[in-house]
Amino acid sequence: MNTDFTHHQSAHCENGVASNLLRHNGLNISEPMVFGIGSGLFFIYLPFIKVNHAPAISYRPMPGLIFNRLAKRLGLKIKRQKFASESGAAAALDENLRNNIPTGLQVGVYNLTYFPDEYRFHFNAHNLVVYGKTETDYLISDPVMQNVTTLTHAELNKVRFAKGAFAPRGQMYYPIQIPAHVDLKSAIIKGIKATCNVMLAPVFIVGVKGIKYVAGQIKKWPKKYGTKKANHYLAQMVRMQEEIGTGGGGFRFIYAAFLQEASVILNNEKLKELSAEMTVIGDLWRDFAVEASRIYKNRSTQNDAYNKVSDQLLHIAELEGAFFKKLKNAIS
Amino acid sequence: MRKNEVPQDESNLSKSNVKELCYAVDENGNYTTELSSGWEPKAIALSNSMDDINERIELAKQQIKEGKSSPIVYYMERSRMDLGILSSYVGIWQWRVKRHFKPSVFRNLSDRILQKYAAAFEISVAELKNFKTD
Repeated sequence: MNTDFTHHQSAHCENGVASNLLRHNGLNISEPMVFGIGSGLFFIYLPFIKVNHAPAISYRPMPGLIFNRLAKRLGLKIKRQKFASESGAAAALDENLRNNIPTGLQVGVYNLTYFPDEYRFHFNAHNLVVYGKTETDYLISDPVMQNVTTLTHAELNKVRFAKGAFAPRGQMYYPIQIPAHVDLKSAIIKGIKATCNVMLAPVFIVGVKGIKYVAGQIKKWPKKYGTKKANHYLAQMVRMQEEIGTGGGGFRFIYAAFLQEASVILNNEKLKELSAEMTVIGDLWRDFAVEASRIYKNRSTQNDAYNKVSDQLLHIAELEGAFFKKLKNAIS
Repeated sequence: MRKNEVPQDESNLSKSNVKELCYAVDENGNYTTELSSGWEPKAIALSNSMDDINERIELAKQQIKEGKSSPIVYYMERSRMDLGILSSYVGIWQWRVKRHFKPSVFRNLSDRILQKYAAAFEISVAELKNFKTD
């Protein structure tokens, strides 16, 4: 069984799967557009939850949310199914492939054999598309990979039923209804508004306030936890910000690309200026990563270095605070 | 980030011939995409976390030798799990898994329970029981 699916590489897995599945169904929509309309830009700091033995920091919302919001804002219908048993999950997927439906899956990364070993962590919010099946393998389009790949039947079952936080429970999804005409303009505006609201939310661990809070905490890390742990925390933060999936700078560059595309569709010059501004902010996030990497490379203790990255982050938070206020005004 | 500034450093990705997609602006200020083979600050962060895992594995080995913890801890670290993830894989409450970290409790575990751990670690029960500390 083999469906006629075209693979496009993307920066982030969920955007990529959404964009690829919709393109397959005749709706030509780019990755940045999916990300922007789905309000993918986010920041949250959860010090009481540990991921890889460091406080959880996320630059994106809950898995599945981007595609769901996109569907709602464009009036698409997406079918999502979870399964209690592996055999049921496999049967439903095979049925889809027989009906020529490439299907999106939520999977765990740890057993994805085509990933370099260093990237295999217990992270369950990865997405890919299965577009065919042979006697031994499933044909896989993983949007973060350059080319299509394969997993054996057993391997795919394993990643579909990975355990831990966000356990996928075999989750599969695919669009079942796409309207002939979609209203991109109003969807873009809704997407931008929601992003501004969440980034400016009056919650101390979310959005711009969250970035400020982390900046304050970073200063205290070396004293509170010792050099080794503080360095580990900082390294984990940089990984969340820059690892495969963010397109660099904690999604800021994808978002800037979205604003640029949106400025053309909405015929709004202001958005183009703001896109350039977001690019500058993204570069500052990259500078932060460079500075932070110097700290954990040298395994240094100087409090000075921690103060410096903290100040950088604080500066970013201030710029973003002003940025999202301007963005909100630009579309209202 | 400008297109010509998209980093092409050596990394664990480039070793496996994988390139990731980045968004960057071209000379006219328009957004486009470019492949990146890796970036040094990321490579260092990754190797830091690899070192961290290896240290944890060594520490677990040491503690088994000293009779302070059971082989479950070693295999948990080797599989890059933590208590919550392991508990979810074996389907046993966290406080019970934690008890099984004690050598005295571990010795008396039934094969049925050991089988659950062995399956989670993808090893045999015999391997789990006869842990070699060298």
